[in-house]
Amino acid sequence: MNMKLKKNIALSESGFVFDPTTGDSYSLNQEAREVVRLMNEGKELSEITDYMVSIYNVGRNDFEKYFFDFASMLRQFRLLEDEQD
Amino acid sequence: MEKKEFERPYIKKIRAGVPSKFGMPVQAEPVTHIDGVPVAELITDFGSPLFVISEKSIRRTYREALEAFRSRYPEVQFAWSYKTNYLDAVCRTYHSEGSWAEVVSGFEYDKALSNGIKGSQIIFNGPEKSRDDIVKATENNSLIHIDHFDELYMVTEVAETLGKKPRVAIRINMDTGIYPMWDRFGFNYENGEAWDAINRIMMTGKLELTGLHTHIGTYMLAVNAYAVAASKLADLAVRIERKYETSIKYIDMGGGFASRNTLKGAYLPGRDTVPSFDDYANAITGALLNSEINPGRLPLLILETGRALVDDAGYLLGTVLANKRLSDGRRSTIIDAGVNILFTSFWYEHEFYPAKHTSDHLEETTIYGPLCMNIDVLRESVAFPLLRRGDNFVVKRVGAYNMTQWMQFITLRPAVVMIDEAGKPHIIRERETVDTVTHNEIVPTHLKSE
Repeated sequence: MNMKLKKNIALSESGFVFDPTTGDSYSLNQEAREVVRLMNEGKELSEITDYMVSIYNVGRNDFEKYFFDFASMLRQFRLLEDEQD
Repeated sequence: MEKKEFERPYIKKIRAGVPSKFGMPVQAEPVTHIDGVPVAELITDFGSPLFVISEKSIRRTYREALEAFRSRYPEVQFAWSYKTNYLDAVCRTYHSEGSWAEVVSGFEYDKALSNGIKGSQIIFNGPEKSRDDIVKATENNSLIHIDHFDELYMVTEVAETLGKKPRVAIRINMDTGIYPMWDRFGFNYENGEAWDAINRIMMTGKLELTGLHTHIGTYMLAVNAYAVAASKLADLAVRIERKYETSIKYIDMGGGFASRNTLKGAYLPGRDTVPSFDDYANAITGALLNSEINPGRLPLLILETGRALVDDAGYLLGTVLANKRLSDGRRSTIIDAGVNILFTSFWYEHEFYPAKHTSDHLEETTIYGPLCMNIDVLRESVAFPLLRRGDNFVVKRVGAYNMTQWMQFITLRPAVVMIDEAGKPHIIRERETVDTVTHNEIVPTHLKSE
């Protein structure tokens, strides 16, 4: 599983996201910014989880639940590239 | 290295141009304690979900309401509306403050007696009174509020049989300028039916007409409707005195004062729009004092306020079971309290609060109960922080009607705890068990296992 934001999505350091296709804009919190950065670096879920649980006070299962919820929102907003299995 | 506090990764769509023009804060502040007792401790000790009642809040609200009326009118009496919350501990709290009992069935009547209220301080309302109920109320010298002519004739017959003169009032419905007009209780004022009933009572001489009663509606936001109703009852009292040279002892304005809950579809929250006790008191007492009633013989003013007195005192505590995304991306949270125990969620936008701080991010959330029924929706849409499975929440203002209209359905009904004025919790109704439900069931012999 490898997810990335679409190439034309603008992402600022402060977590402001702009989709030029729709004109919609979004904001991300710190944790979401880190997850998106790792996703865009091509990291797998297991690698993203390893990193996040090493930095943050969260368990693996809990993080995975939140990750899937976050990914579903990115998908809902149509911000992801076509996903590859 | 110490790990950083984690907040779930979150993306929020920025919507320009649709802020609330009133800039009202969304609910995010947690409710961690009730009357000084930690919510988590209450749930650990008494289970989840759990109803909690604040005795302090009951007494404070009651005294505030009483003061609003007593400071404007010489004689005022509250009668606790049993159907609003007839848990014995709640009723006894009101009775200890001096409140009489207002009941609408034989069951409630017996409950009032068992709570130590004198028969003469029980007001018997409602369209359903059996002959046995009337006999009992007559023997106990209770105040019988007659709802229709069939009842009037039955009470008259009981009076003849017992050789006693029951104390009665008639219930009167009327146009107070509000819609819908409640005309199902009592005799109508405008079409002359109420006056017919009064004439009937006065001419037979078998009943003692002590009062006039009305119940103009529920969750009444228009205080002027009470002024109109009080004027019309005062007008009847004056006509009775003129024609029969007898004074009405009391005028009973019923209930219907709104609590600070927000009705579904309301644009502004109830806590900002609901009239105060002073507003209601001003309207009612102003109308009575300005009427043609002889100031030397002002009748006792009785109020049967329920909802506005007890709603704030009740809390529902519970636990999150799960979170999930709906097909359109909306978040939903499933909790362990359903519409069967929070009956008022059918007409209120109840206020849900987390029991501890979890996140500053709020998300539009649908809150579902645990029932396997599509209608089990407690809030269609509320800005709510993400709570995790096992986190607790608090619903405010649930003291009215939920602990009487709740249904045992799929799950068992929870315990109810009252926190006394010293901050000590007391269990006032045990959590139900399977035995509570099956106790009255009988299995035919041929279906019993060997």
